[in-house]
Amino acid sequence: MKIVILSGSNVGTKTRTAMNYTHKEVTSKYPNAEVTFIDLAAYDIQFSDGRIYMDYEGDTGYVAKTIMEADAIMIGTPIFQASIPATLKNIFDLLPVNAFRDKVVSVLVTAGSPKHFLIAEQQLKPILAYMKAQIVQTYVFIEEKDFHQKEIVNDDVVFRIERLVEDTISLTETYTKIRAEKEAKYDF
Amino acid sequence: MEKYRIDQSKGLEFGIYTLGDHLPDPITGERISAEQRIHEIIELAKLAEQAGIDFFSVGESHQEYFATQAHAIVLAAIAQATSKIKISSSSTIISTSDPVRVYENFATLDLISKGRAEIIAGRASRVGLFDLLGYNLRDYEALYEEKFELLLKINQEEIVNWSGQFREPLNNAKVIPRPKNGSMPIWRAVGGPPASAIKAGYAGVPMFLATLGGPATSFKFSIDAYREAAERSGFDPSELPISTAGFFYTAETTQQAQKEYYPHINEGMKRTNGQGYPKQQFAQGADKRDVMNIGSPQQIIEKILYQHELFGHQRYIAQMDFGGVPFDKLAKNIELIGTEILPAIKKYTAKK
Repeated sequence: MKIVILSGSNVGTKTRTAMNYTHKEVTSKYPNAEVTFIDLAAYDIQFSDGRIYMDYEGDTGYVAKTIMEADAIMIGTPIFQASIPATLKNIFDLLPVNAFRDKVVSVLVTAGSPKHFLIAEQQLKPILAYMKAQIVQTYVFIEEKDFHQKEIVNDDVVFRIERLVEDTISLTETYTKIRAEKEAKYDF
Repeated sequence: MEKYRIDQSKGLEFGIYTLGDHLPDPITGERISAEQRIHEIIELAKLAEQAGIDFFSVGESHQEYFATQAHAIVLAAIAQATSKIKISSSSTIISTSDPVRVYENFATLDLISKGRAEIIAGRASRVGLFDLLGYNLRDYEALYEEKFELLLKINQEEIVNWSGQFREPLNNAKVIPRPKNGSMPIWRAVGGPPASAIKAGYAGVPMFLATLGGPATSFKFSIDAYREAAERSGFDPSELPISTAGFFYTAETTQQAQKEYYPHINEGMKRTNGQGYPKQQFAQGADKRDVMNIGSPQQIIEKILYQHELFGHQRYIAQMDFGGVPFDKLAKNIELIGTEILPAIKKYTAKK
């Protein structure tokens, strides 16, 4: 199973911190999974210009291709101006319309205000659904007060991350199995 | 229609097209040499002509897994090896070429083939050639529109006066040789959505519409939009030919056709488009209402007649060699087209 942990911001530390916890949880519980950590702050990614993803080069090509090869993607996003950051939206724009077909996608949100709780529900999930993702319905919402100096200080958040990782993996395994059974029934 | 060498009393024209893809056969994992692939394309054109197929065309694609970048040269070899079948590009990427050179090549091809050559001009679905040939992808649309317009002008006028953004001006330029009858059919290649179809309609240019998969009705929008646009700018839509292009594969039974072609289409799409063809959608493709012509000869006849009733198009061209289909299978397809599919289609679509 190929899993991409995607930290969707190019500034700040909270999303990155949450994704570090997530990464650690995945690699320690599922040592056989092939995990790639992509922190968008570490890459130089161009804006989408509409070309097919295979034709991008450099960091842009690497990130697009790595996501396309994944079975599951765990996306971490901050909330900027009451929405997802442009860096993350650009990743979606780089990919084909059906990019998440046969992939499971789960979400962690870090936000400065509890008022942002529904943003993932109302703005991020519709994009994922449009791109044909199997979405892990429950996401982990983490607030400012849950962090202190690049650590998560609220045990409840840690437990929720553990559950999100487990749900992501079991949904991926389940969908892979369902798909294999369904495809085996076709006569071609 | 005469201007475009189309005689509707003979029924829907049937053609074969290849993108010149050069992919491994997914069954054996092996890939033939580029030399063999090119020779097999020429051979396929000869078989198509013998089977009574009307049209054969070759595309250019400038990336890994393609072999006919110099498609005009492959077409010249086909012109020499055949005597009746119409030949064309599918497509010539006019955006990244000089329309003068393209016209010189294809007018020459028309002379070699004694009046059988056509051009389908497109703007590329992959963009490797922009880097390769030194063009800016930001000019993707502008390059196409300007150069396509110039190509049409050269076709209409032997002495050309022209100036534009992407090429030095032409002052009383004589573009020679001329095609056998002074001009030749030039088509606009159009993808799925209607925007490009509308442009073709406004310009009163024949349209080649790519219809890779999905319900035939969803392509009807582009066809209607094309005809409406043509009418709005003063052209008679009944004088403008439309062609559709899409996947094709036939075998004794629909089941067998699906079984034989699926690995090619799936692995081929993965390599050239970055995503395979979902089995669920491929299974639906057997339905009469799906535009993908994969099935038994009888099923394909029904599909093509259904499409013809819906679209009222003048030509259909079939892509059967995608994804490393071995040559003996291609020959078998041509045989089934010639013996079973063509006679039925011609019979039911000939305009009295």
